[in-house]
Amino acid sequence: MTLARASGVILAKELRTEFRSRELLGTTVVFVLIVIVLFSFTFNPTSSESRRFGPGLLWLAFLFAGSLMLQSSFLREQTNDTLAALRLAPIDPFSILAGKMAANFLFLLLVEVILLPVFAVLYNVAILPVLGQLLLVLALGTIGLAATGTVFSAVAAQARLRELLLPLLLLPVLAPVLIASTEATIGVLRDPPELSMVWLTFLACFDVVFLTAAWMVGEYLLEE
Amino acid sequence: MGTEAQSETSSRAVISAPSVLAVFLLLAAASYGALIWAPTENTMGLVQRIFYFHVSSAWTGFVSFILVFVGSVAYLRTRALKWDWLSVASAEVGVAFFTIVLVTGPIWAKPVWGIWWTWDARLTSSFLLWVLFVSYLVLRTLVDEPERRALVSAVFGIFAALDIPLVYFSIWWFRTQHPQPVIGDGGSLDARMGWVLLLCWAATLGVMTVLIRLRYRLEALRAEVDAYRMEASRNA
Repeated sequence: MTLARASGVILAKELRTEFRSRELLGTTVVFVLIVIVLFSFTFNPTSSESRRFGPGLLWLAFLFAGSLMLQSSFLREQTNDTLAALRLAPIDPFSILAGKMAANFLFLLLVEVILLPVFAVLYNVAILPVLGQLLLVLALGTIGLAATGTVFSAVAAQARLRELLLPLLLLPVLAPVLIASTEATIGVLRDPPELSMVWLTFLACFDVVFLTAAWMVGEYLLEE
Repeated sequence: MGTEAQSETSSRAVISAPSVLAVFLLLAAASYGALIWAPTENTMGLVQRIFYFHVSSAWTGFVSFILVFVGSVAYLRTRALKWDWLSVASAEVGVAFFTIVLVTGPIWAKPVWGIWWTWDARLTSSFLLWVLFVSYLVLRTLVDEPERRALVSAVFGIFAALDIPLVYFSIWWFRTQHPQPVIGDGGSLDARMGWVLLLCWAATLGVMTVLIRLRYRLEALRAEVDAYRMEASRNA
């Protein structure tokens, strides 16, 4: 089976598992919602201020959500030792990682798209005119988050205190993504909006670097 | 496993006395250069002399983190635990040197800028780098089985090392967009200052080498003890 087909099968399996229960998505949406509401107490979210601080808070909330949500990506497989079964399949081991990355990317993007209108209403930011550009920034940032997050989820699953460990590993590595996506989002929400090519290129570079790294270490990471 | 660990350690002798002596002399010469021989800087005065050890520690810390990367890649390719020992030794020594950077920085900054800390590009990225490798060391304490620990920390070590340039570029672009306190680069450096800086770098590199070798040996001994313990429990 080719890498793409094998990854597709894993992706379909991840989506099926999640949409049968929908517990992961539901919980994460509520979590980000709580964070967004709590952030509003730390400063006065009037319109001009929220244009400056809002994007940073939003991305920080997404990063926190990712570091909690991605835990289950490999922990789910541990309950019935299903990762061993996946490993037995005659496919490239990277396709397991790739399928999970794609699934996590879609889950995170879905959470972000659900919460974007809520954020826009609560922080009084007009997003409709710049929706396309905003989605581009969201997608590029989320690829980096899902790629590193999935790899570190596999790392943390093999350690003690894994719930605490994953954010500890993930957040410092993702600091460049936080900076770049926040700056790009601030640019898009500015009046008049400007899409910063520097930050978009930077995000794309981050994605390429860590997707390649994941591809190279993936097979080692999944071995028994 | 047992015999492998034994041959690893016996092939690597204890640090020789002459090399320690050489590093000690180098350190003494560097201190003399930094504290007495180099001219006093005009505007900052005596406090500027901390610069020689501040900057050289940062450079040496970088070298240690590059060694973590080398050790991690080599471990994944060869599966020889000695590369993991190199990684952990280098990570600890690198964190130690970056701790020196983060402590000497504010000591220098307070009298010169009037503040202990500013979120300047170089300071922020050094801080983040330090956090990144502290996370690496925390990860190591949370995995017990040696081969598993070596594997997952090699993966994280590679990711952390790849993150270093990205951290620097992102923070540099980010900070240059925002107004910051002006930090003088000192203009042209007096020739003697340049030589002292290089001497300090050589001395800190020497200290790094000695520390990494000691720490490497400790890790090797630990593996040997573990192997004996396993053997003993099997025989019991």
